[in-house]
Parts: sequence; C-alpha cells; structure tokens
Amino acid sequence: MAKQIVKALDGAAAVAEAMRQIDPDVVAAYPITPQTAIVQTFSQFVADGLVGTEFIPVESEHAAMSACVGAAAAGGRVMTATAANGLALMWEVVYIAASMRLPIVMSVVNRALSAPLNIHCDHSDSMGARDSGWIQIFSENPQEAYDNTIQAIRIAEHPDVLLPVMSMQDGFITGHGVERVEVLEDQAVKDFIGEYTPKYSLLDIDNPKTFGAWAFYDYYFEFKRQQTEALSKVPKVVEEVGQEYGKLTGRYYGLFDPFEMDDAEIAIVVLSSAAGTARTVVRKLRKEGVKIGLLKPRLYRPFPGKEIVELLKDVKVVGVMDRSIAFGSIEGCGPLYLDICASFFTYGNGKAPKVVDYIFGLGGRDILPEQIEGMVRELIHIAETGEVKQVVGYLGLR
Amino acid sequence: MSLTKKTGRRGSTHSIRAYIRTETFPTAFCPGCGHGILMGALLRAIDELELDFEKMLFVSGIGCSGWISSPYFAADTLHTPHGRPIAYATGAKLANPSLKVVVIGGDGDLASIGGNHLIHAARRNIEMTVICANNMIYGMTGGQVTPTTPTGAFTMTTPQGNPDRPFDLCKLVAGAGATYVARYSVYHIRPLIRALKKALTHPGFAFVEVLSSCPTQYGRRNRLGGPSQMLLYWKEKCLPLEKARRMSPEELEGKILIGEFVAPD
Repeated sequence: MAKQIVKALDGAAAVAEAMRQIDPDVVAAYPITPQTAIVQTFSQFVADGLVGTEFIPVESEHAAMSACVGAAAAGGRVMTATAANGLALMWEVVYIAASMRLPIVMSVVNRALSAPLNIHCDHSDSMGARDSGWIQIFSENPQEAYDNTIQAIRIAEHPDVLLPVMSMQDGFITGHGVERVEVLEDQAVKDFIGEYTPKYSLLDIDNPKTFGAWAFYDYYFEFKRQQTEALSKVPKVVEEVGQEYGKLTGRYYGLFDPFEMDDAEIAIVVLSSAAGTARTVVRKLRKEGVKIGLLKPRLYRPFPGKEIVELLKDVKVVGVMDRSIAFGSIEGCGPLYLDICASFFTYGNGKAPKVVDYIFGLGGRDILPEQIEGMVRELIHIAETGEVKQVVGYLGLR
Repeated sequence: MSLTKKTGRRGSTHSIRAYIRTETFPTAFCPGCGHGILMGALLRAIDELELDFEKMLFVSGIGCSGWISSPYFAADTLHTPHGRPIAYATGAKLANPSLKVVVIGGDGDLASIGGNHLIHAARRNIEMTVICANNMIYGMTGGQVTPTTPTGAFTMTTPQGNPDRPFDLCKLVAGAGATYVARYSVYHIRPLIRALKKALTHPGFAFVEVLSSCPTQYGRRNRLGGPSQMLLYWKEKCLPLEKARRMSPEELEGKILIGEFVAPD
C-alpha cells in the first residue's frame, strides 16, 4: 500500500486537492455556490504554480462546458466543477460532451434547482442529467469525493469507455463539512492515472479529424447505439479501477457499498451523505435484533440493475430514499425508486420484494436518524403484513 | 400594498420607508456594502417622481444585487436565475406594457452570464430601466473575477492579479443602441438620483451603471480600506465626463468616467 497523509479537508477542498494532483491540462469554470470552493482553491494552486493547468474563469457554465468540450476534443485532460443551475445551464453541451465521447471529469456539488431559490443540497441537479450519457458516481463523504475524483479520470479515459464522468458530493453537508481525509502522495496519483494519450484529437496535423458533424437519419442512430454500448462497458471498468485503487490505498470501491446485507429482510437504499445517517440507524436496529441492511449505490449511471437485484432479491421490503422527485413519474416518486423497480421487472425473474419510496431532504432539509427509524417501522409493518398503504412517503416534510 | 402610511418630505428617509417591507430587515448586505446606498437612491428617485409603486415591477437576478429589490421592496418583484433578469423583464413588459419595469442586476449577472440579454435589449431599445450594481466582483459566491474586474485586481480566482481587461459597460450598452446611458458611483448620490429619475422616465432602454463598494470581497483583497475609505476611493477615482473632455489621455489614465454617456437632447 502507498503512503498516505491524513488531512482535515472538506469535500470541496478534497476535490481541489485531487485536481492539484491530477494536474489537468485545462480547467474552465464559473462560480456557483457550493461548488465555488473547489475552483477557487484550485485557482490558487494555478497562481502558485503548483499545477501546469490552463485555467479560465469563463462567463457562464454554458461557456465552461463548451470550453471543456473544445479542450478535450483538442486532446487535453480536462476538468470542471459546477452545481444546480450551473449544471442546468450547461445542458446542451453536457449531452454533446457525452456524444462526442470526450472523457471530461466534472465535479458536481449537489444543490437544489430553482425555484424557489435555494443553495442547499438535494439531487435534482444531477438527476436531471441522468439520461445525458455521462457516467455518474455519488460520494458519501470528503474521502470518497477525493477517491472518486481520481478514479473518475481512469474510468473516463479507459479505451473501452471514453465517456465523461460526473462525480457527485452533497452540497454543504459534504462539500463544506471538514472531515479526516487520507491523501495519496502526488507521485502515487500521477502513477495511478498515467499519461493521457487521446486516440482521436484535433490539432493532429497529419491526421485531421472532424467532431460533431452532421449525421441525420442515415447515421445518427448508430452513434447513439455505440454510446449505449460504451456505457455497458462501464461497470466492469469501475470495478477494476476500484480494485486497483483499493490495493493502492486500502479503500476498495465497487458499484455499490452494501452494509449488513447478508441476512437482511429489510433494506434501505440511499445515495451519498444520507447513507452515513442510515448506517447509524441500521447499526442501532441490528443490536435490537432487526434484520436490516443498507445498500448505498455508488455508480448511478449506468445503473447496475442486475447486480442490485442480485443483492436485494431475498429481502422482503426495500425502502428507497430519494433526495429528488422525478416529477410526473408514478405516484410522484424519485428517480432511484424508478430504477430499482425497473431493475426488478427486468432481472427479477418475476419475483420482487415490496419496494416503497421516501422523498427526503429537498432543498437541504435535514434528515434525522429518528425519521429513518420511523421509516423502518413502516417497512417492518409492510414486511409483516405484506400491505403497502402508500408507495411514496415523505420524511421530514412540514 | 398600500402607501397610505407615507409621511415626510418626498425623497426623505422617512418617506421611502413606505416602499420597504421593513419586516424583512436587516438586509443581507455586508457592513459597508454600497448596494444599500443604491437601494435608498432608487427609492428616493421613485418617491421624488411620485411614480405609482403598484404599477412597477422589479426584476433581479442572482448575486448580492438580486437582494436590492427582492424581498425588501413592497412591490411586485421577480427573482430570476443568474443572468436572466433582462430576458424575464422583456417578457413581462411585452405581456403588460403598462408596467414600469426596472431591472436590478450586478456586473456578474448582467455583464457576464447575462451579457447577451443586455446588448440585445439595448439593441431593441425596449422600454425598461436597467440598473447595474457594479462592485467589480462576484460578491455572493465569495469574491471571484468578473468581466468588470480591473486589470491587475486581486480576486479569489485571480490571486496574482487579473490578467484580462474589463468591460466598459456604458460604452458596450451605448454601442448596442441604448438611448439613455449613465454612470455614477454610490458616492455621487445626488447626481445618481438625478440619473435614476431620468432613466425611470425615459421612453426607451435606459441603462445606469452604479459603481458600488464591496469592502468585504473587493476592498479587502485590494487593500482599499473599510466602507468609508471605499467611498472616498470612488470620489478620487471618478471623473466627470465634462472635465475629462478637456484632459489628455495621460491625465485620464486610471480614471473612471462618470456622467451621462447617451441622453436625449
């Protein structure tokens, strides 16, 4: 295992530290709370000459992602960061980055979308981009935010993948929350990510390339089919990179992080920082004899449905916790619920546990252990009676 | 909204309280922020003109400037995403032309992410008053470089000094076709109120750039001192257009011109 240094970092500083070690060729970004802390910390590294990055504070997020696409098409290793409405403004170009197969890595510090105006955490921003063709990875704490940023480079640039990666952490809760973070030495990170040699790039004078040209009903469809094919290669790469990173650091990463799932009859599924709160509840209830477990998905796009069904198939009840609403979906549920249900329909061989959804934490509303315990009591009732009174519940709603 | 409680002389502090939701005070502004002075100047202009506050719409964006009207003004206010107040205001004016539409944005809001809306609204000469509270920095997100940050100035994202040149917003908007364009600072309070009054009654696109102090994010990093020193900084730095016309380019070096750049004859 490589030597590591323990530092006190918040999630934003942890990502900035990872970016310093990655030393990307180009960073283009625009300030938005709570992401700003990443880029302004990084801009200090640029000013201090600690990185060789060309950094440009552009005039909007739309311009930021556009500059990233240009830089990546020109063969650079490219990173950016954003949140909420910033990601929403990038929209058009977010799709283009994925469609052009450019391995850009973007840190998203999850924040609620307007209106009403809100700067605090929920997942409505990155959930809106879940069909954009980007790989999406969610982090629970600053350590994971750091680790996932480094691994994201390897995943994005893998020759079987060549797709952009969004690496998420919860706004303020993780982004501004200082925790103990184990940081690799610079050389170890550089060795792990390696040199980036793009297979196709602009400015290769002897072999000129065209990016983003016309493709109508003749070839557009094939491009999209190839994109899906590339995404299907992602889970294997994520697992391989996670194992290699584990050998280096002692922190192994997979598609998801199960806790007390071996004999669980009740399972909670939740992304990001709330998984930490849920884990405390699981630990407490296990002592009381409740057969409960926790599944924290890490890779959200592409969704590892088959593997998740394999893990959840023997439980009686699944309580999904969604930090956003997929407005207009069945019963007003969240996106994670939809994915879990669709996975059972597709891979469950006609069998599925009862699956219910709980919307929580919108716009930064706190989620408390007592609320999760209350939810579990409802799940136990469903397990005992088989009766689901409501498909979608709300935790902490006034 | 009722202005029946209005008391005091027009334009007085007492008089303008009627336009404010005082229950929302204290404001979100840092101590020494120029935006409070601009807020007072705008309300004084409205009060002195005896405009019907109930027929006014205030549109603001994201940034410290967004707070000047929302939620403090006891009027119709529309708080929009970053950069979009002029576009929202255009829609509101088209749907209800009898509204007196006032946009209040910052330099980050109007000149950067929303720069396109600014020049196109000016080009169309659409009747609205656009006030740009220019503090030369993104204040609310913690002090990053904007398109109006002077060359060499220190910000969170330019810790070794801004390498780029700033926009001259008045020249930009005048070039785009605005029919009233003026610039003053929050130090030049009487001429500022006069310019705001002209802008509010102008039958076309009126633009007023207001240089506003940000001691917290801009002043501190550029060693410009506290709130009062920053006001004196405007006094020192600004030069009336009429005077400037008689001066050489060398004498004008580092000065900011104030006055009316475009005005009806």
